[in-house]
Amino acid sequence: MTVSETLLELDHVHKVYRTGAFGGGRKRAVRDVNLTVRAGEVVSLIGESGSGKSTIGKMVLGLTSVSEGQIRYEGTDVSTIKGFKARKEYYRHVQGVFQDPFSCFNPIFKADRVFEMVRQSYAPDTSQEEWREKVLSSLDTVRLDPGNVLNKYPHQLSGGQLQRMLIARALLLDIKVLVADEIISMLDASTRIDVLNLLVDLKERGLGILFVTHDLSLGNYVSDTSVILHKGAVAEMGPTQRVFENPLHPYSRHLLSCVPQLHQTWAEVDAELAANPPEDVTLPTVPEGEYTAPLLEAEAGHFVGIDQT
Amino acid sequence: MTNVAGAPGADKAEPTVGGERRFAETLHFARRNPKLLIGLGIVLGFFLLGLIGPLFVDHDPNEYVGPQSQPPNGEFWLGTTSFGQDIWAQFVYGVRSTFLIGFFGGGVAFLVGTAVGFVAGYKGGWVDDVLNMLTNVVLVLPAMVVLIVAIAYLDARGVLIQGIFIGLTTWPWAARAVRSQTLSLATRDYVDLARLSGRRTWRIITSELAPNMSSYLVMTSILLFGGAVLTAAGLDFIGLGPTNGVSLGLMLENAVQWSALQLGLWWWFIPPGLGITVIVSSLYILNVGLDEVFNPKLREL
Repeated sequence: MTVSETLLELDHVHKVYRTGAFGGGRKRAVRDVNLTVRAGEVVSLIGESGSGKSTIGKMVLGLTSVSEGQIRYEGTDVSTIKGFKARKEYYRHVQGVFQDPFSCFNPIFKADRVFEMVRQSYAPDTSQEEWREKVLSSLDTVRLDPGNVLNKYPHQLSGGQLQRMLIARALLLDIKVLVADEIISMLDASTRIDVLNLLVDLKERGLGILFVTHDLSLGNYVSDTSVILHKGAVAEMGPTQRVFENPLHPYSRHLLSCVPQLHQTWAEVDAELAANPPEDVTLPTVPEGEYTAPLLEAEAGHFVGIDQT
Repeated sequence: MTNVAGAPGADKAEPTVGGERRFAETLHFARRNPKLLIGLGIVLGFFLLGLIGPLFVDHDPNEYVGPQSQPPNGEFWLGTTSFGQDIWAQFVYGVRSTFLIGFFGGGVAFLVGTAVGFVAGYKGGWVDDVLNMLTNVVLVLPAMVVLIVAIAYLDARGVLIQGIFIGLTTWPWAARAVRSQTLSLATRDYVDLARLSGRRTWRIITSELAPNMSSYLVMTSILLFGGAVLTAAGLDFIGLGPTNGVSLGLMLENAVQWSALQLGLWWWFIPPGLGITVIVSSLYILNVGLDEVFNPKLREL
């Protein structure tokens, strides 16, 4: 594996929400997460609902604050990026695409307004002519026919078209990191593969992609590194192939055994699992009352985390 | 590739102007809603009366121009007071000042209320806590008492000062209403997307949030307008109205002070009382009509 530039680094990141009346309760949505995203790499954050994966995406995008720890983009702590100008520069390089394409468009405006907003903020001096070229080439990259999507209202377009427009919008900027939060889940099977292949193209152009998903097979398909999250903490992290072929954490094993198989029934899967029980790994433990989540390197680059039941 | 229909730059019009279809639909229902039409008609009628009426009065409304205590007649359309003041002149000037106070007091309340509501709802966190506390404190203040005390201390009182005071005490409910709407809208992804597009907070509020609750804002401003008119009438009636001015509330106060009721001078107190009642109730009818137009669930089929 070639060593490439580290773009994004999460260093012992926590997110704690205040809950209940007067903010008395505490909910730790993200617990001691460490991970890196390099240029030209897709990192999948895999986990069930409520595992904190979207929160991590939001923190990277600066849409919610980091409670403890640091998120570094090219070495700079993201929480020190303050002020409107600095934030704007940050978003020039770090962009996100969200889960629900229908909710990403303001329903009372035409859908291509998302492009115009980018122009107004980041390229106010570009001539209309030049900008149109840029938009058209960006739409071409996401394989959309401009005639079908421009000058339309969001409700006139399909989810897949809107989702790809959002990706096209991100491509108008000079992005280095793309946070793709569940971008596939709202799409139907045929558009799914298009968008996935698009992500692979982007990766080849040198982007670092944080791919948030609850779908194991999608994670397996696109990513170089997989991070399995359980209750806000990293359960298992490593090269995708190793994680999927040799899951070490009980939670990842459970998760993988839940994927329906085309050529096997549940009973066969269970029988097979019982016949060759996976070798047990000693999981790291934390003392009661501490909120760290240490990782243990089980094999080169393949980490397992604490067990939370 | 550059001649694609509808590509950005293909038309010179500002691309943010959208929603023609929605607008046409709203207009379609607006023109068929009797409540809206009646309310709007009466309010506009009074507005024109206040705007144009005073132009045809060639003397000061408080001047003693005619015989005393005359019932309505050809020369003095609404009769005269027991001092010989022309009540029609007072009435049209009064309507004018009623609209002034409505626009001004309602406007100040609208600005403060929506600003507080938007910022509190959008920013959240401690900003929301502080603004919400402020809102609640002003909400439970006995506004009328505060107004009476504050205005009683002022030497020169004009419509502007009165408007500012009314505006500064009647905004809390608007702030709360706008805040709750903003709270729900601010979680939409397009707000996050606007932030990712490097938009400033106020631009997000004015171009992402406000247009989505425009109907709500219109109705809020109408209710604030009506509230300001009523509050001003109340203040005028207890003698805290504009000094040396004319207003419908002030006319009522004078009528009561000089025993119009006991003397049977009905033309002195009925026009201003009816004026205020009709203006404010048509505002409310207008509001109900607008609600039916904007909210499909309330439309009569």
